[in-house]
Amino acid sequence: MIKYFINFQWKQFFRSSYWQKSIALNILMAFLAIYFMLTFLVLGISIYPLLKKQFPESDPLILVNGFLFYWFLGDLLMRFFLQKLPVINIKPFLVLPIKRSKILNYVLGKSAVSFFNFLPLFAIIPFGIILIFEDYSTTTAIVWMVLMYVCTLIINFLNFIIEAKSAETELSFLPIIAIASGLFALNYFEIISFSTLLANGINAVTANPILVLVPVLILVGLYFINYTALKEKLYVDGSLKAKTETATTTDLAWTRRFGDIAPFLQLDLKLLWRNKRPRSSIFIVVIGLLYGLFFYPNPIYKEMVPMFVFVGIFVTGIFMINFGQFIPAWDSGYYKLLMSQNIKYKEYLNSKFSLMIISAIVMFILSIPYVYFGWKILAIHFAAMVYNIGINSHILLFGGSFNRKKIDLTQRAAFNYQGTGAVQWLIGFPLLLIPILLFYVPYYFINFEAGIATLIILGGIGIIFHQKLMSFITKQYLNSKHKMISAFDQNN
Amino acid sequence: MIKSTELSKKYGENIVLNITSLEIPKGQAFGLVGNNGAGKTTYFNLLLDLIKPTTGSVTNNNIQVNKSEDWKPFTAAFIDESFLIGYLTPEEYFYFIGELRGMNKADIDTFLGQFTEIFNDEILGGKKYLRDLSKGNQKKAGIVAALIGNPEVIILDEPFANLDPTTQIRLKKLLRDLTKNSNATILISSHDLGHITEVCERIVVLDKGSIVKDIKTSEETLKELEAYFSV
Repeated sequence: MIKYFINFQWKQFFRSSYWQKSIALNILMAFLAIYFMLTFLVLGISIYPLLKKQFPESDPLILVNGFLFYWFLGDLLMRFFLQKLPVINIKPFLVLPIKRSKILNYVLGKSAVSFFNFLPLFAIIPFGIILIFEDYSTTTAIVWMVLMYVCTLIINFLNFIIEAKSAETELSFLPIIAIASGLFALNYFEIISFSTLLANGINAVTANPILVLVPVLILVGLYFINYTALKEKLYVDGSLKAKTETATTTDLAWTRRFGDIAPFLQLDLKLLWRNKRPRSSIFIVVIGLLYGLFFYPNPIYKEMVPMFVFVGIFVTGIFMINFGQFIPAWDSGYYKLLMSQNIKYKEYLNSKFSLMIISAIVMFILSIPYVYFGWKILAIHFAAMVYNIGINSHILLFGGSFNRKKIDLTQRAAFNYQGTGAVQWLIGFPLLLIPILLFYVPYYFINFEAGIATLIILGGIGIIFHQKLMSFITKQYLNSKHKMISAFDQNN
Repeated sequence: MIKSTELSKKYGENIVLNITSLEIPKGQAFGLVGNNGAGKTTYFNLLLDLIKPTTGSVTNNNIQVNKSEDWKPFTAAFIDESFLIGYLTPEEYFYFIGELRGMNKADIDTFLGQFTEIFNDEILGGKKYLRDLSKGNQKKAGIVAALIGNPEVIILDEPFANLDPTTQIRLKKLLRDLTKNSNATILISSHDLGHITEVCERIVVLDKGSIVKDIKTSEETLKELEAYFSV
């Protein structure tokens, strides 16, 4: 039976149109995976000599053990957001003559071989091997490695319990953040030093290998808790049922003043707020807003003014880029409806455009406090906003007419590349790089003001020719209407 | 009202629709039957300019559908759930469609009043988004939305599928009343021969993309269709 399960898994992966359609994306993902593996490998190899050099008096193994608390905490947090127990896929098996226990063991067992558990090995094993070469007893090294892997698996199963509990309480990620920051704070302010406790525990195990049974028992216990909890829920009205949200109705009456585009604007706002994936682009805005803090206070970048243009475009345009690059794929689920209704394409696109410029203006206003780091930054942000409104918004809308990839709004948000195609890559770079160049040339040859003026003038030209540009873009959309409909119609 | 000439659609070598000539006069209740893959949905998609014809053209009230968009104000359709906006509540969806068809909220509320029975308290006022409704209720919402704004042409693909028996009967009555009272042209497709003969005054049978029968509905039509399909 397991043979079939594995076979299905394999087919699910390679037969998903996801995989088949987007080679480039898979290559990117593979690179990311390799990148992480290499990072961990480098970490595993270099940490011993580094620690030895920095702290010649101390035992590197003890130092590493003292740090493990943070490692585990970080691991748990990462998993909470990225790793889910894939229970939904087992629905078809429920009515087949397969024992429930078998299905459960398979689902839980499969989670143990996920990438998240595999990755730490790249750091653990090299470090362990170095330990052997560095005259630690072989038993110590091996026990340490086994212990680390057991701990990784403990985190794996602990995460599913936390996820299940927090899903029940409707608070989503608040509990884990509260617990994690609580633990961190208790540890940091040395009220209860978990890192010492954990380190002591691990040191005790390496000194006394028989104690490794304790974590193994914890692991078995956690597995059992998961197993029983899941068994309760293995019904179509239990965890297999997709969750339904209670609807909240709003009439967004204030959008009326936007005239003809009001119905579309309302639709877009609801789209953003009520679906996981677009909603995350609202949260990304917060990250984008804080992005400047990486650069402006840092003296290294003090003289790299063109770099500030990049930050300016990014800060004022983050929502625009995030939302704009998937126009009209956001509406792919009901594109046929829009195309057969009494809709003027121009109004539809104008609504998207309005949303983008509003976001750019709001982001600029929110970024005004950066003036603390100098008036130049404010000037750059203003110029970047004008440029985003006049040029980048149109480029994004134009690029959208080449979008052929559907987005399923109900899918999760993090690490979801659905809808991403060559268009996004081709458009993304010029959006950010061209304005830097446009600024840099006059800045280098004339002065700062000339650079700012160039961006503002170009943006202004875009705004003046807005109507013309929109007619052109609308024509592009009309021309590719049928291709879009048929592409959006294909299921993943 | 709707005229198709030399209309065909090919995917590669595969001909999915091939209609030399088909004319549907104004006010007719027109039914389309055929087995899976006969080309019913393809035909409706062509009428709505959702796919491009390989050859030929469709005119709706003398407007060629892939040349101008002026047919949209008087044409409404519900083909499948991709005509629903999942993250809206049914009310919001009706208001949105109403707005596109020049009706305000109050108009829509009055309009929806006549469907209280069909909705059976499961659609309006519930705290659910369309994506969370059952298939049958989604269908009800989609069909009702297609009737908003007194369209002259109404296209419904398989309107009876997934509906409960009570609603099927009510929908049949509704469609019959509509053709009688409003002079709307109604195009429906169905796998249920009984329903379609009850509602439609003319029935066309498609097989592998071609018209094989064009019947004016009478007492014998159901028998004739049953005989045809029981091969």
